Amino acid sequence: MHAVYPLLLGALLFAIGLYGVLARRNAITILMAIELLLNAVTVNLIAFGSLIRDQYNVGQVFTLFVITIAAAETGLGLAIVLMIYRQRGTASVDEQRVLAEPLRGPTDDAGGASAEPANAGSAPNAAGAVR
Amino acid sequence: MNHSYLSPTGVEIAFVLIGLITVGSALLVVTVQNLMHAALWLVVSLGSIAGEYLLLGAELVAWVQILIYVGAVVVLILFGLVLTKAPIGPTTELDVKHKLPAALVAAGATGVLVTVLVDAYHNVWIDSHAAIAQGTAAANGAALFKYWVLPFETLSVLLLAALVGAIVISRRGRAEGASEWSTALESGPVLEPIAPSAALVASTTANQGAEADD
Repeated sequence: MHAVYPLLLGALLFAIGLYGVLARRNAITILMAIELLLNAVTVNLIAFGSLIRDQYNVGQVFTLFVITIAAAETGLGLAIVLMIYRQRGTASVDEQRVLAEPLRGPTDDAGGASAEPANAGSAPNAAGAVR
Repeated sequence: MNHSYLSPTGVEIAFVLIGLITVGSALLVVTVQNLMHAALWLVVSLGSIAGEYLLLGAELVAWVQILIYVGAVVVLILFGLVLTKAPIGPTTELDVKHKLPAALVAAGATGVLVTVLVDAYHNVWIDSHAAIAQGTAAANGAALFKYWVLPFETLSVLLLAALVGAIVISRRGRAEGASEWSTALESGPVLEPIAPSAALVASTTANQGAEADD
């Protein structure tokens, strides 16, 4: 087949993933867009691997590596997002304005004093259920 | 080149059709208002990319893509959506001010990439039939363990580190959180199974007491 087709597919996927990373606000949807970006890269790797067909099989071996790293990245990213959600009660990246951990946790938040304890009480139970 | 764009082969037709599915579902992933639906469209997108790998002759990678992406990563993402209490049903998440600049950046990237790629590769031909021999599990395994042993082993260490890191992040959050919430609720029994050990909780509580005294 013409090399243009898989390369164009990779370019379009990359642009879509770029838009997703820039326009989404929920951290998990940003992780999904990052998966699209990584898949754009792997489509390119497979296309050039089929084009070059060298003895080291670089394209496909690197694709396997990228898939492995993507799995590790997703696991760690989700752990971090869950941690942020447990501490601050939101997974939206627009509301993460400070890097420091909140010292007293979401329960002492002045604004949502009535709503936060119910939220805080159920979050660790959900975390315990997945374990 | 003697290959014309006007007389596409069957492989090309199938590739373009599956590519349309891929791009369409990827667009839905980043634009749909329902977060659960976005994660499920991601399954369609990643699965059809596995079909593209098959058409390019990369058989093993296609199955690995289905196993790891569709089987593991999307399930992880769905777990994350559920655990962060993502709103079921449409959200107003996309009504942001920087939506238009983001679309402009994406359109610019598309324009540049498409122009450059078409200009550079418009008469390059991939022999996907010859690539089938390199896509089998035997060929990939031989290449991995002949030439890529060190990166392969390094990658296994990286996976172990990621696993340990994820566990450490979750455990630390649970210990601190349990002490905070147990002092907030003044009653232990609900949170008992979550606390890793009484000594750890006691030490974190003591630390927080010291901070409060300061």
